[in-house]
Amino acid sequence: MILLVSASYQVKAAEKVELLKTDWSFKGLFGKFDRGSLQRGYQVYTEVCASCHSMKYLSYRNLSEKGGPEFSIEQTKAIAASFEVTDGPNNDGEMFERPAKPSDKFVMPYANVKEAQAANGGAYPPDMSVLAKARSGGVDYIYSVLLGYEDPPSGTILDDGVYYNKYMYGNNIKMSQPLYDGSVEYNDGTEATEEQMAKDVATFLMWAAEPHLEARHKMGFKAILYLIVLTILVYFSMKKIWSRIESEV
Amino acid sequence: MSDHDYVPKSKFGKWFNDRLPLLTLGNHLTDYPTPKNLNYWWTFGGILSFCLIVQIITGLTLAMHYIAHADLAFESVEHIMRDVNYGWLIRYIHANGASMFFLAVYIHIFRSLFYGSYKSPREIIWIIGIIIYLLMMAAAFMGYVLPWGQMSFWGATVITNLFSAIPFIGEGIVQWLWGGYSVDNPTLTRFFTLHYLIPFLILGLVVLHIWALHVPGNNNPIGIDIKKPSKDTVPFHPYIVIKDGFALLMFTIVFAFFVFYSPNILGHADNYIEANPMVTPAHIVPEWYLLPFYAILRSVPDKLMGVVAMLSAILVLAALPWLDTSKIRSAIFRPLYKQFYWILVIDVLILGYVGAMPAEGLYLLIARVATAYYFIHFLIILPVLGSKEKTIPLPLSITEPVLEATLSSATIREKESLN
Repeated sequence: MILLVSASYQVKAAEKVELLKTDWSFKGLFGKFDRGSLQRGYQVYTEVCASCHSMKYLSYRNLSEKGGPEFSIEQTKAIAASFEVTDGPNNDGEMFERPAKPSDKFVMPYANVKEAQAANGGAYPPDMSVLAKARSGGVDYIYSVLLGYEDPPSGTILDDGVYYNKYMYGNNIKMSQPLYDGSVEYNDGTEATEEQMAKDVATFLMWAAEPHLEARHKMGFKAILYLIVLTILVYFSMKKIWSRIESEV
Repeated sequence: MSDHDYVPKSKFGKWFNDRLPLLTLGNHLTDYPTPKNLNYWWTFGGILSFCLIVQIITGLTLAMHYIAHADLAFESVEHIMRDVNYGWLIRYIHANGASMFFLAVYIHIFRSLFYGSYKSPREIIWIIGIIIYLLMMAAAFMGYVLPWGQMSFWGATVITNLFSAIPFIGEGIVQWLWGGYSVDNPTLTRFFTLHYLIPFLILGLVVLHIWALHVPGNNNPIGIDIKKPSKDTVPFHPYIVIKDGFALLMFTIVFAFFVFYSPNILGHADNYIEANPMVTPAHIVPEWYLLPFYAILRSVPDKLMGVVAMLSAILVLAALPWLDTSKIRSAIFRPLYKQFYWILVIDVLILGYVGAMPAEGLYLLIARVATAYYFIHFLIILPVLGSKEKTIPLPLSITEPVLEATLSSATIREKESLN
């Protein structure tokens, strides 16, 4: 147990690499998600990421909720129906397959962690529901890792199934480069460049991790404005009350 | 004090008050004579009461939706964040509220250190305060474990393991704390229970803290004893109430900025990864408010002595009223103490900084020097300073220095002769 504690002492300060930056629409006091980007990001997730990465805390209904990709109810029903889920037991005591409903959680690519590891050379593709909050650097980090694949510096020997990524912690990643120009074909005509897809999917993951971000920003502005006005009023009341006595306040 | 002379106006009020003197208490609280020169550093007592109430109310609401089970805790927190109406708001207020609570308590403690509020006759207030602070740390630590993220789990593992440093019975105590052979479900459920209990213990101690305060009355920036009530005092209501309210509102604006615009900046990203006993995070760090003590713990090479040093760093504060031998309370009249005070502030900030850094190389060296200085300040500098320091003469009353700012001393004398 002493080992445990001392192990944490001996962490080498990781060399800092400047993360790639892009203009996120959801930062700042009035930050909002770009609806188009969220919808495209969902497309990238479902066509590229979802074959390995689960999103177990999201339901299909979230896709139509306010502040999210805001697909129409019909679109959301259609999206859900394109997935099969196991339900049951029925009256005969048997489990059965049925098309998913908006109230169902996102279908997981693997039945369990062991299966996921077995299919991915021992590495577990992390669940993406809160991923954008679970890495220091947040969306910038995800965006950077997606675009950070490059040839290893000369002299670096990588194990089989390990790739070199400039921004990944420790530079070794077991996920092969997921995005290439044209990996998906966007329905809205946006050109599917690597940067565009990385930005869209990172935006989507930010929303997935923080689905009430827009409501939070909106309420925050109102709350703080209210507090500032109240503070000013109380300040003048205080001045008036304290003016009854010879004292500074 | 006029408390005992208070007679309610209405007949029913008098009847009730003779049986349960709540109205007398209310009268005491509103009339409570307070030094009129209290500055804004004194508003943090009220701010802290606000923090405690906010934590209790948001905590109760969260407890209605949270599930204290190793398999479900993380998921239930996500459920709160996503599906409970305004669950995100309540959780972010609670999580950032802990940080705000500690921010306020550190200002409150350092105000007391600057103005010598811990000195006779206020030692008991001070010691109750230290107990509250200890309970706050326990509550905050256990609260951080509840979301059952990676930092929750590994933080709990590291901190509970400290008890294994106790000779002979250490390992047994650790297993008793865990309720098993590692941090697991039994640990989580008992931490939840205690996290729920402690705020109410704190609430009780806060009542004692204020009760003990109301016996001698507030200290003040000048640090001299004053007559109460007199022209040096104002009734608590409305003067102090409105001033505390104003300061509290300023504080809530800062609080709101964290909650609405950077709710996760004070937390650690790893705590959004579900606890995994098989994977140790690269860097286990406690919350920012515990970092100075973490630095002290790690600066001692021996584990047991590290734990002893960390505990002593807090317990030495309890002995402060007797370690500080100076009869003068306020640092305003203690030119040397004033300088050492600011060195101590910087020392604690440095400890906090190195507590967040890996304990190696230069960081470790700085941590060791800063730890040594922390103890030197309390155990050597303060006792010696009391007898050696040349202090500045004290004013006779608050009115004198307060008026000096606006009126010349000639007019004061004139006024006094008129009286």
